[in-house]
Amino acid sequence: MTAPLLDISELHLGVAVGRSVNRPLLKGVSFQIMPGEAYGLVGESGSGKSVTTLAVMGLLKKPLAVSGGEILFKGQNLLELPKREMRRLRGNRIAMIFQEPMTALNPLSTIGRQIAEMFVLHQGKSWDEAQKLAVEALASVRVPNPDRRARNYPHQMSGGLRQRVMIAMALACNPDLLIADEPTTALDVTVQAEVLRLIKELCAERGTAVLFISHDLGVIASICQRVGVMYAGCLVEENETSALFATPRHEYTRGLLGALPRFGSRSLHGRKRLVDIDSIIADRSKLTETRFIASRSAEEGGQP
Amino acid sequence: MLRFTLRRVLQIIPTVVVVALLIFVIFSVVPGTFAASLFADGRRAADPQMIARLNEEFGLNKPLMERFVTYVTDLAQFDLGTSFRTRQPVIDLINDRMWASLQLAIAAMVFALVISVPLGFVAALRPGSVLDTVTMIGAVSGLSMPQFWLGLLMMYLFALQLNWLPSFGYGDGSFRNLILPAVTLGVTPLALLARTTRAGVLDVLNADFIRTAHSKGMSEAKVVRWHVARNALVLIVTTVGLQFGSLIGQAVVIEKLFAWPGIGSLLVDSVASRDIPVVQGTILVIVLWFLVINTAVDLIYAAIDPRIKQE
Repeated sequence: MTAPLLDISELHLGVAVGRSVNRPLLKGVSFQIMPGEAYGLVGESGSGKSVTTLAVMGLLKKPLAVSGGEILFKGQNLLELPKREMRRLRGNRIAMIFQEPMTALNPLSTIGRQIAEMFVLHQGKSWDEAQKLAVEALASVRVPNPDRRARNYPHQMSGGLRQRVMIAMALACNPDLLIADEPTTALDVTVQAEVLRLIKELCAERGTAVLFISHDLGVIASICQRVGVMYAGCLVEENETSALFATPRHEYTRGLLGALPRFGSRSLHGRKRLVDIDSIIADRSKLTETRFIASRSAEEGGQP
Repeated sequence: MLRFTLRRVLQIIPTVVVVALLIFVIFSVVPGTFAASLFADGRRAADPQMIARLNEEFGLNKPLMERFVTYVTDLAQFDLGTSFRTRQPVIDLINDRMWASLQLAIAAMVFALVISVPLGFVAALRPGSVLDTVTMIGAVSGLSMPQFWLGLLMMYLFALQLNWLPSFGYGDGSFRNLILPAVTLGVTPLALLARTTRAGVLDVLNADFIRTAHSKGMSEAKVVRWHVARNALVLIVTTVGLQFGSLIGQAVVIEKLFAWPGIGSLLVDSVASRDIPVVQGTILVIVLWFLVINTAVDLIYAAIDPRIKQE
């Protein structure tokens, strides 16, 4: 059995209020991502998805702080890594794409330069070389006229193009893990599909593992092999994507799937109501007590 | 960029014309005449014959329209008229004072910039630190301190007690004479700039693209150099421009206090004696100074921010 690329175990994280009070946001989250695997994290706003990714990147800002657990990346505990070492991994081995392509790029700097920074930082290239590599990186995310586009400023590009730039930047150093925090939420549907396909194909090509955050179950289903469902700071269910969609076991997951409008889901006598999560869940506070984590070994045994 | 520059520079012309008109209109409707004010020492009534003679000499008894035409034609030939009081050409009077004023304003601004921008930057990078707190308290004190009082304190300490610097006057134009007035004048822009720099940098630090920069694995220093500095510069340049423009006007108090032969005191003296040509000329020059600074700020903006040229 191969070792997991990313192994998060019992991650506790909270808001430090004053000196001693610590309001928990993550209450022991554990999951693993194998090399080259695409893993999806779903859950409602505030369930702790983004905070988990920020913890992996080491980008938590005060007053947020990890209070327990481990984040192992290739066997190294990222939480104990010195700052300098962490910087060497960040962007280079673990890269991230953010939700808002409109504001995630520096408005006063050409996009070519912003991509080139990656090569200068992590591969010790000169600016001239890095600029050339940046043009190649733009071409690899299928930006038309990459030569000209590299000299453009972010305001001269559409949202979809900017997100491609972000992808080019994130994949510039061929990272082992790409964290995509709702990369398509701010885009319109047709562009969304293109960007998703791009991420999927590029990562498959290069063998990059993906941690994909979304509250869009459809997006997750199209890109991820495994899915974790987060609720109130806990991972309440985890399974292979097809299994999770076919037989959701946790109440909350069933609620999430029921809340999704499906094509042709009208019943014979007119409209069918979408399920609202509150109506199927009697007591929200009890929700995190039951967890359904499908064990990987069992399911690996089941696969040919 | 060349077209943008040309357009901005040409835009100065119509503004100057409008301002010249406004100045003329305002001073023709202001009550009281120069001739009357000359004799208005409160002890005796002015001799009507004298007044008539003066009005005749300066053409003040001509109809308003005619005076206006003369004013505009003279202005078009860069002739700002003759002073009522000294009978010298206004342009010469201003010329004598302009250099001292510029010296004072530039020295004050340089002093303010050199200290405030680094302080504001460091304060923003370490909010809540001792340096941040001290800087901000200092900035508030600097803003709230009356300039003439600060000037007096400086004079007392550095000129009278320590005897390091001359207490007043232009002297032979040496740097030593410039220090006290420039520092006193520079305190307000310094305080304001320190605050705006801090606010601007903090604003940029919270931007999404700074998070992106961090996620690339950049060191703090590189984030600041590559991404924060240029973005924060926009707000700093705005404040510098605004302050620089108004510095000449603000300098009146300092010029009086330190007996500095600047354009501000010329303006105040001429207003007091109703020396209208000098007042008009001086205001026009100050407005022109403002416009030049504004244009320079616009051009610097365009150089910093690629989004501005497009508009």
